[in-house]
Amino acid sequence: MINIDLLVVGAGPAGLSAAIKAGNAGASVLVLERSHQLGGQLVKQTHMFFGSEKQYATHRGFEISDILLAELDKMENVTIQPHATVLAAYDDGIWTAEIEGQYQKIKPSAVVVATGASEKSLLFPGNDLPGIYGAGAVQTLMNQYGVKPANRVVMLGAGNIGLIVSYQLMQAGVEVIAVVEGSPTIGGYLVHASKLRRMGVPIFTSHTIKNAKGANTNGLESVTLWKLDENWQGISGSEFTYHVDALCIAVGLSPLSELLWQIGCKMTFSAPMGGYIPYRDKYMRTSQKGIYIAGDVGGVEEASSAMVSGQLAGISAAEYLGFEMPNMAAMKQDCLNQLASLRQGPKGAHIRAGIRQAEVSFE
Amino acid sequence: MRISEHPILDLKRSSPVKFTFDGTEISAFDNETIAVALHAAGIRTLSHSVNKHRPRGLYCAIGNCSSCVMIVDGEANVKTCITLVQDGMVVESQKGKGNLQ
Ligand SMILES: Cc1cc2nc3c(=O)[nH]c(=O)nc-3n(C[C@H](O)[C@H](O)[C@H](O)COP(=O)(O)OP(=O)(O)OC[C@H]3O[C@@H](n4cnc5c(N)ncnc54)[C@H](O)[C@@H]3O)c2cc1C
Ligand code: FES
Repeated sequence: MINIDLLVVGAGPAGLSAAIKAGNAGASVLVLERSHQLGGQLVKQTHMFFGSEKQYATHRGFEISDILLAELDKMENVTIQPHATVLAAYDDGIWTAEIEGQYQKIKPSAVVVATGASEKSLLFPGNDLPGIYGAGAVQTLMNQYGVKPANRVVMLGAGNIGLIVSYQLMQAGVEVIAVVEGSPTIGGYLVHASKLRRMGVPIFTSHTIKNAKGANTNGLESVTLWKLDENWQGISGSEFTYHVDALCIAVGLSPLSELLWQIGCKMTFSAPMGGYIPYRDKYMRTSQKGIYIAGDVGGVEEASSAMVSGQLAGISAAEYLGFEMPNMAAMKQDCLNQLASLRQGPKGAHIRAGIRQAEVSFE
Repeated sequence: MRISEHPILDLKRSSPVKFTFDGTEISAFDNETIAVALHAAGIRTLSHSVNKHRPRGLYCAIGNCSSCVMIVDGEANVKTCITLVQDGMVVESQKGKGNLQ
């Protein structure tokens, strides 16, 4: 049995930021990460981040994860364990994990769940063919491992992820045939869209995929697209087909909240936040005492807010555990201010709505 | 196919290793996952659906979707997208739900 003050599940930007703050306060912290690589989604982001200097904007994603890890490296009371999948949580407060192939029990006094989110799929005939990837998977192949995922690809989804990954595919030498978006407008930032257009990639709005076809052994060989009417119904006669060996799906993410369900956290469905998200107070506590959330598992946003919500969760958990820092109240307020500023403006409207729905007080 | 030149990334390959996939020898590097090494060798059908035996490949690449499970050194249902290759590893295609032995 491993006894520890704070267990952090997931070593993405949110989990690492929580570990830094709780570690600074003096708590013994164990971070468990199922991958062999630390940093979560950050390790495959080769583009400059948006956000403010406080959240390391102007750095590339993988550089941000190196900064966080270097800071943690100096802290003796924080252990980061890769190859460690958290499996379950029990009523007596014991958590289980497979750590480097061994089944282990952990008894933490508080937990920060920072498991992130998973990519959604889309329903259409042939959607399970090899060669149809989540956009994050092609990023992993090319940016993390330097393997070219395909030769010719169609991207489904013109939000920031679809646009950025299209550009990254071209950097890796892949031909991007088209970007296809169901809604009438492009969801991502126009700078990203203009960059693609300048490079000759067409972006079809109000279009979607009708079906995908391929042979049994090689997987995807072609995709047929069609135009959508105002009610999102395909217009017959508008079909056209591309011969491609890959299709990328970038239609959003959904919080990885299984562990929260298991420990009985009260949940609510929020379409703008990507699915079921936990009720939480302002300071990231869930309906279960001593259980905190940080990052995309609390609702899909981006890395900047994942880091700030991670810091906030780390401070709150340390405070709950009885650790003190001279300026805890001011630090928490600073996090709240940063989150408010990251979520302002028209692009943050859906996030503000999601937070309004899920934020409660447990006192 | 492995990318040799990239405008941003400095792609470091580590030690070369060899493993077998359904009996065929495959060359890889020891900081690659099994699924990545198979992709680099042009193999992208990793698993088969349980009922209709439809071919399936990598979908999430981070251990969420189970679309990449294979038999590794005799153990079934290994997520090959988050399992690193090792020298001498025996990787096999899995049909059905897999046995515990
Ligand atoms: C293509 C793309 C471009 C992006 N661009 C930007 C950008 O420009 N600016 C920006 O701010 N954000 C950007 N983001 C978003 C950002 O990367 C994410 O919002 C951020 O990484 C979320 O952080 P997180 O720590 O909550 O989750 P993650 O980074 O997903 O980390 C969660 C970690 O938890 C681990 N985990 C999950 N379950 C378990 C378990 N049971 N046991 C152990 N470990 C587990 C996972 O393996 C993972 O490492 C982008 C995302 C993508 C995909
Ligand atoms: S590809 Fe999703 S679990 Fe491996």
